[in-house]
Amino acid sequence: MKIEFKHQQSAHCENGVISNLMRHHGFNISEPLAFGIGSGLFFCYVPFVKVNHAPAVTYRALPGVIFKRFAKRVGIKIKREKFKDPKLAKARLDENLNNNNPVGLQVGVYNLVYFPDDYRFHFNAHNLVVYGKEDSNYLISDPVMETVTTLTDKELEKVRFAKGAFAPKGQIYYPIDFPEKLKIESAIVKGIKHTCKDMLAPMPLIGVKGIRYTAKLIKKWPKTKGVKLANHYLGQIVRMQEEIGTGGGGFRYIYGAFLQEASSILKNPRLEVLSKEITEIGDLWRDFALEASRIYKNRSAQVDAYVKVATQLEHIADREEEFFKKLKKAI
Amino acid sequence: MKKEEVPQDKSNLQSTSQKELCYAVGEDGKYVTELSSGWDPKTIALNNAIEEIQSRISIAKERVLNKQTSPIEFYMECHKMDVSILASYVGLWQWRVKRHFKPKVFKMLSNSMLQRYADVFEISLEELKDITLYKTPDLKNNTPDEN
Repeated sequence: MKIEFKHQQSAHCENGVISNLMRHHGFNISEPLAFGIGSGLFFCYVPFVKVNHAPAVTYRALPGVIFKRFAKRVGIKIKREKFKDPKLAKARLDENLNNNNPVGLQVGVYNLVYFPDDYRFHFNAHNLVVYGKEDSNYLISDPVMETVTTLTDKELEKVRFAKGAFAPKGQIYYPIDFPEKLKIESAIVKGIKHTCKDMLAPMPLIGVKGIRYTAKLIKKWPKTKGVKLANHYLGQIVRMQEEIGTGGGGFRYIYGAFLQEASSILKNPRLEVLSKEITEIGDLWRDFALEASRIYKNRSAQVDAYVKVATQLEHIADREEEFFKKLKKAI
Repeated sequence: MKKEEVPQDKSNLQSTSQKELCYAVGEDGKYVTELSSGWDPKTIALNNAIEEIQSRISIAKERVLNKQTSPIEFYMECHKMDVSILASYVGLWQWRVKRHFKPKVFKMLSNSMLQRYADVFEISLEELKDITLYKTPDLKNNTPDEN
């Protein structure tokens, strides 16, 4: 059985699932709008979670949170279930498909066979939509892929019950109740306020302060960790920024697109100006990634080179602080 | 980033001929989406991570052959895991997994315990006991030359 579902590629998985599921139910929500309303933009240095033997840096809210906030703010209800027993998890999925209801799933990336091998790491915060079943193959709309794909029973069970940090536990979610009209305007305001609060939070590892803290660590790494580890850690920051979930630059661009859309919905021209500003900041993140990649490509860890990229990061933190203060006032 | 600046570099994505979606600014200043085939800094970062894993695998292999650790550690590295991930897959405390790295302890493990590891690594018991039977997966390296 196959549900009429329109797959649309997106830059990031969770926004994409929200956007595609909402479209399926007749509400035209773009990916940037889902991201902005759900306050997806974030920064946190997480020293106690190791990904591939290096500290994690996240550029977005925790898995599931974007959809949760989005739903609450626009006034829809979502149902979310986790399972211990894979059989139950499968039964509930099949039940939904039989009821013509495409569902979002949180899955681990490591066993996603349709990803290129090199991209398969133990990372459990990926999201996709299942929109049907043909024989024992599930029809998959993975928002970061250009086209739809399939997974067998077994393959799907494996990714739904991946283990480790953020284990998905067979998580399944879908919207169940819609108001007549979505509260888009107020949702945008709430979404923006929340992001400003997060990014300007007076806590050391979070937001603008977290970016500054990371810059400080980068300066120290060649001395305290040695060349090899320092390069590995720096590479990890860039990977988490640009690869795993299009964090740094990519997210700034999505946010820019969101502010542009918000500007016309709220008829607030200041947001259009700020959209340009965050686009410039996105470019700075990409310059940082470029410079950082040069360092570990050459396998040297000259202290000056590390200081240079750290300074770039500090500059980004300054620009973002200014930006989010202005954004707070503009709304 | 302007639409025409969306990078079209070679990347590991090519093996599946997929492209990524990016948001960029069009000529009229409006945001549009554009596909990207990859970006060198990303590719370099990814290859860096893969090389790190390759070197971990070969170090673990040597240590197993020198009887400094058990095959479990080798297979853990082959599957890009660390102790905490492996422990959650086999359903054991981390300290027990670490203990199973000791060749002496490994030798005394029951077949049912070994089977739990073999299932996670999707190999046979024979392969679990003798790493020379296992074919290490090929991890390619596509580091771009320019730049």
